[in-house]
Amino acid sequence: MKLLALLLPAALLAATPPARADDAVLNVYSARHYPSDEALYAGFTRATGIRLNRVESDDAGVLARLKAEGAASPADVILLVDAARLWRAQVDGLFLPVRSKVLETAVPAQFRAKPEADGATAWFGLSRRARIVVYDTSRVRRDEVDSYVKLADPRHKGRLCTRSGSHPYNLSLFGAMTEHLGPQKAEAWLKGLVDNMARPPRGGDTDQIRGVASGECAIAITNSYYLARMLSSARADERAMAERVGVVFPDQAGAGTHVNVAGGAVARHSRNVAGAVRFLEYLVGEEAQRHFATGNNEWPIVAGVRVDNPALRAMSGGDFKSEVLPVSVVGMNQVKVQQMLDRVGYR
Amino acid sequence: MIASRGPAWPDALRTLPVALIGSALVLPVLAVLASWLDWDAGGADVLAAMVRHVLPECLWTTIVIVLPVAIGVAAIGAATAASVALLDFPGRRVFEWALLLPMAMPAYVVAYAYTDFLQYAGPLQEWLRAATGRSGRMLPEIRSVGGAVLVFTVTLYPYVYLLVRAALSERAAQLMDAARLLGAAPARRVREVALPLARPAIAAGVVLALMETMADFGVSSYFGVQTFTAAIYKSWLALDDRVTAARLATVLLAIVAVLVAIERRAQRRLRFAGPRGAAGSSAGTDARRHRPGPRGRALAFALCAAPVVLGFVLPAAILARLLAIDASTLPWARFAEWAGNSVRLGAIAAAAAVVLALALAFVARRWPSRSSVAVRELAGLGYAVPGAVIVVGLLLPVGWAQARWPGSGVGALVTATSLGLVWAYLVRFVAVALQSVGSGYTRIPANLDESARMLGVGAAALALRVHAPLLARSAAVAALLVFVDVVKELPATMVLRPFGSDTLAVVAYQLARDERLGEAALPAMALVLVGLLPLVLASRVLRSPQDRGPEDQ
Repeated sequence: MKLLALLLPAALLAATPPARADDAVLNVYSARHYPSDEALYAGFTRATGIRLNRVESDDAGVLARLKAEGAASPADVILLVDAARLWRAQVDGLFLPVRSKVLETAVPAQFRAKPEADGATAWFGLSRRARIVVYDTSRVRRDEVDSYVKLADPRHKGRLCTRSGSHPYNLSLFGAMTEHLGPQKAEAWLKGLVDNMARPPRGGDTDQIRGVASGECAIAITNSYYLARMLSSARADERAMAERVGVVFPDQAGAGTHVNVAGGAVARHSRNVAGAVRFLEYLVGEEAQRHFATGNNEWPIVAGVRVDNPALRAMSGGDFKSEVLPVSVVGMNQVKVQQMLDRVGYR
Repeated sequence: MIASRGPAWPDALRTLPVALIGSALVLPVLAVLASWLDWDAGGADVLAAMVRHVLPECLWTTIVIVLPVAIGVAAIGAATAASVALLDFPGRRVFEWALLLPMAMPAYVVAYAYTDFLQYAGPLQEWLRAATGRSGRMLPEIRSVGGAVLVFTVTLYPYVYLLVRAALSERAAQLMDAARLLGAAPARRVREVALPLARPAIAAGVVLALMETMADFGVSSYFGVQTFTAAIYKSWLALDDRVTAARLATVLLAIVAVLVAIERRAQRRLRFAGPRGAAGSSAGTDARRHRPGPRGRALAFALCAAPVVLGFVLPAAILARLLAIDASTLPWARFAEWAGNSVRLGAIAAAAAVVLALALAFVARRWPSRSSVAVRELAGLGYAVPGAVIVVGLLLPVGWAQARWPGSGVGALVTATSLGLVWAYLVRFVAVALQSVGSGYTRIPANLDESARMLGVGAAALALRVHAPLLARSAAVAALLVFVDVVKELPATMVLRPFGSDTLAVVAYQLARDERLGEAALPAMALVLVGLLPLVLASRVLRSPQDRGPEDQ
């Protein structure tokens, strides 16, 4: 009995096929978690005949895994959804910097890693998401919330809703604000946000939008694609909620709206570097770039790609001014920001 | 695995295989402890900032959640188990298995469901506002400490229920019957016979529930509740500081160690106080259940119905409603694959965990030495460590080994096969199996072993012929608990699973994380259904002999 019980798991373990290095296969570690991406990956396999093995996890999970696997890692391509994490992974030496005319031309310098001494680049942004403000049009005037700084104004006491301050999307915004304002002013600003909370931070970005639509909050911060997704939802009640709220892209008159990127890189120990670069190049191609917009309501990273997404157009009125801070600087501020959050009691 | 006989074998050699297994289980925990060795000024600063600003609140919140949950699960679990085992009331046979249903519900799924339904912008409050014509908040905020207590209590009481019921149905019926024949009143029978019998099981169940509560991340992060685990995750995810995370985890471990020690003391006291020689011999008795009056029957019914409704029926109905209004775009065809992966991993881990637990418990009983007991105790701590911390504790030494011997491929072996994942499951869930097997062992009187030894029975025969039949039920319960836990497990599965082995839990979580609750409802429901299968099975195994038809006897 016992022997059988011991042999059974061994047999089942053996049945799991190990991942092999092979030109016709690419191993992808991805923190993207959007079901619409399936079409994207299928498109690559159709175009090149290269099959994709994928494991999806969150950013931290992907990084922890890579660090442990070291030189034995089967990963070829790494996709992450936050600029700060991309920077972190670059610093930790998890990426293999590569040269690609296609990628260097397509991705603006602001949205990729600073080139190494030999001109190779560690990671490339693939799509953009804006951190925007939604508000209750019956309680708040648009010009009261059209900059991030104004959200800390005492007049908004009891109005503001956000998700946890420690969430990467907020950490990146706050990291950028720390760069714009300097650490002291940034901490005062965060304190102002905490003082204005309608309730302690909880839930995801969609919950903040719903909070504004239902009257619980008057102002909320959200990533752009959550609102766009609600606007184009199959559920009438979700659409109604999204249409009820006012939208503003903050700091259009100033530094521009905070933008984060989802990006990709070649894994340090990839055995199929050519295939990995080919995949990244595919992701900045016209078809894939348009897919980011239509499938997941993100903005393309490549300038001049036509976006056929009515929800994105309705939100932004076509285009918007985004901040030109190199996205990697927000990564360097993360620990500083988290400690500020702890000090001002921003959960 | 265990040397059969031959007094020539020194004890240390006999216990060596078990010691090796034990070390594999303990390694991630040790890696967590070893994080203290790697001390520098920067780490001290980060830790000091955390101790000042985060730790007091975390400790307080954890206490405020843990105490009510402990009381809640003990009360609900023991009361329902006693009702089902000792009383006769309408629906009893249904409740016997229905009370287990909340086990199939991951706490985070219940949290998502309740939030969707009860929050300010949810349908219930919208409806209440429309119906009453008032505006503003109509119900207390579900995403709060109180809400977390509610979710943990209604999803975790089955741990207590299951163990108490197993304890009561193994011995209580016979003893209660004896007490009845001696003329003891029902209240006295419960107080003086059933309760003392149930106490080790209550303690074991509460400890399991509390470990689960303290290891939780899904509920507390979604509710914005600052527990200890939240602080650990914050330092890991936000600060990318695994060393600080590991140090905080050490403090959590210390708390759990205290809990386990308390529980062990209670169990030891009971083993001496408990009647000897009555274990596992309830077969053939014809204990009749007490039939209370109509008020008592209604009360028993309500008592059993409430946790089932709150922990299963209501959240399942909310998920079903989400499914109904949000026709999903998910490919149904892939469900078989996801469910298959969940079942495969669950079965491997459950089988391995039970075998390991039996071996560890046996060695600690047969050759009680300081080291064998210590290994068992340390392995038991894994359950309280948050899954992601175990991942850190497991990946740190693997990464070190990989860096030390680059050609070995050990790093990839752990993630490219199910090996690392099953390892992580075992580190976490052998404790669950140990709890159940251990409480089963407690009910086998020590003099049985002594008699066997005097009759010249060797170690292997003692394990297989004497203990195994008496432990069958406990082992079945252990396998079931581990299976359901593995199917629901998230953080380790997320990080360690090999290519192409998405599980139901992973898919449900990915969708919920992406704030697509409607679509997440689909795999979440499937997850619940997979979790239901072994529950039905276990309920049959657990049913005491007198419940079966006459043809079975």
